[in-house]
Amino acid sequence: MSKIEIDSVSKIFGDDPVTIVPLLDEDMSKSDILEKHEHVVGLRKVSLNIEAGEIFVIMGLSGSGKSTLIRHLNRLIDPTSGAIRIDGIDIMSVDMKELQHLRQTKLSMVFQRFALMPHRTVLENVAYGLEVRGDELKSREEEARKWIGKVGLDGYEDRYPSELSGGMQQRVGLARGLATNPDVLLMDEAFSALDPLIRHDMQHILLDLQNELHKTVVFITHDLDEALAIGDRIAILHDGVLVQVGTPEEIVLRPADDYVRRFVHNVNRSRALRVEAIMGDAVPLFEGPSIPRSSFLEEILPKFVSNEDGLVVVNEDGSVCGHLTLASTMDAIAVATND
Amino acid sequence: MFPETLEWPLERWVNQFLDWLIVGYGDQFEAFSGVILRILIQIESMLRAIPWWGMIIIIAALAWHASRRWQLSLLVTICLVLIGSLGLWDMAIQTMALMIISVLISILVGLPVGVLMANSNRLRSILLPVLDAMQTMPPFVYLVPAVMLFGLGKVSAIVATVIFAIPPLVRLTDLGIRLVDADVMEASRSFGTGRLKQLISVQIPLAMPNIMAGINQCTMMALGMVVVASMIGARGLGEYVLTGIQRLDVGKGMAGGIAIVALAIIFDRITQAYGQRKMKTHGPK
Repeated sequence: MSKIEIDSVSKIFGDDPVTIVPLLDEDMSKSDILEKHEHVVGLRKVSLNIEAGEIFVIMGLSGSGKSTLIRHLNRLIDPTSGAIRIDGIDIMSVDMKELQHLRQTKLSMVFQRFALMPHRTVLENVAYGLEVRGDELKSREEEARKWIGKVGLDGYEDRYPSELSGGMQQRVGLARGLATNPDVLLMDEAFSALDPLIRHDMQHILLDLQNELHKTVVFITHDLDEALAIGDRIAILHDGVLVQVGTPEEIVLRPADDYVRRFVHNVNRSRALRVEAIMGDAVPLFEGPSIPRSSFLEEILPKFVSNEDGLVVVNEDGSVCGHLTLASTMDAIAVATND
Repeated sequence: MFPETLEWPLERWVNQFLDWLIVGYGDQFEAFSGVILRILIQIESMLRAIPWWGMIIIIAALAWHASRRWQLSLLVTICLVLIGSLGLWDMAIQTMALMIISVLISILVGLPVGVLMANSNRLRSILLPVLDAMQTMPPFVYLVPAVMLFGLGKVSAIVATVIFAIPPLVRLTDLGIRLVDADVMEASRSFGTGRLKQLISVQIPLAMPNIMAGINQCTMMALGMVVVASMIGARGLGEYVLTGIQRLDVGKGMAGGIAIVALAIIFDRITQAYGQRKMKTHGPK
């Protein structure tokens, strides 16, 4: 059983959305539905399984339905049809009280524009989720302080959000999301509003925390570089339809259609592809510098300068598992310029 | 001439309705009147029990608490001394008591109505024209029925003052709550916040600068009604001005008028300072 199962979820916006659902089965196009029935198709029979402990990135441009989809997971938006199961529980079947309990304990969310409460200090913001579910003042402040420390904001407990920079505000948002110790962290374009350097820092903070915490993270972005940098798996949405799900390597090396190919075209492949994705079989008795199989190509490129014959790929424990040639590396990186 | 057949007997209907109200529910109105009067007398005797210098200290302290500036404390002290030196201290206290209870009732009624209005577009579309009417209707029109229902005196004055002063508070509460950042509301929902908790912990605090502006407006409108209210028997500064006018005693009228302005400055600056301080820490960036 997957942690989160999204089962043929559709979302229609309009006056009478339920009547539109059968049209989806007839494969009527989004523009026809808009034109003839004045309803907007937000999501079209999206099915996804998200596993416990992975960072699952949902990628798409604005209007692709990605923000709509993530809001279905904690029912900030209800689907028009389809089912969503978290730990096997159909969240459409729970009542308001159970839903609130679910939001207080199991799911939390980090927002694009931070959505901090301007009238509360950093400490009170981070403790908000704990306050809502009724934790004691002392224990929730202790817990909040711990998370403020983990995101590197020690000393800012009593500041107000308006006194902090964007990057710091989002650290508060992240700490607030983590403070309730949820299984699932929903991140809605959480780093999109930050400038590139800060965004990069935040990605690292998230990855470091994830190494320690192993949450199930659902991360929305419109930036493929970001998706490739942090995603264990990536789903690509286009006009409310799921076009591809796969690992970063699969997305880059085998894009499912032209839409995905256009995205991948602009990506820095050496930063997206790992050695293990393109390595060949180990060559017996070959001597050369060794490189870890999980390194990105970008990291090992300089090693070819004095070792044109190839590099030895090793597992984490140091045992040899493959061979990487300059030619295959160049090939993998150069595809983008060929097409 | 407008054709007579299109005329309708609104006058007679209103009169009949009022008669029916007085005959049928006179006792209830009287009982309500009694309750308000008791509260008013409580507040008034409490204020009177404070010596004049005590009152100056309390209000100056309040001004400092609101603004964290000694200049405001000095200003309100000057205003209070001015009122006392005009020989109008007791009357000012009476007026103050009347205002405090009018504003309290306005908040008690206006705040919940404003909150409900912010949550329902339908209620809003019904209430907006009612509020418009309350603000533009000449006060004398409801002064007389108020007297018929609540009797001559302070309670009628309070009812009329509340009708006159409540609209800006309702409007600004509605506005303040509607202006609360939708992202913040969504965030609070995403953490499993219930409706009531959301109202208390997010919406009202964030709407506070606007609500305080509403209370400020409400207070000023209430002061504006002082002279009119004195026509139906409210005591205090309004009465002083009214007798001055009736006797063509310009000096007396002027002294009363200045005292009212001094009171207005005190109330205005203090409530405004509270609103601005809220804006600094609580308002949007």
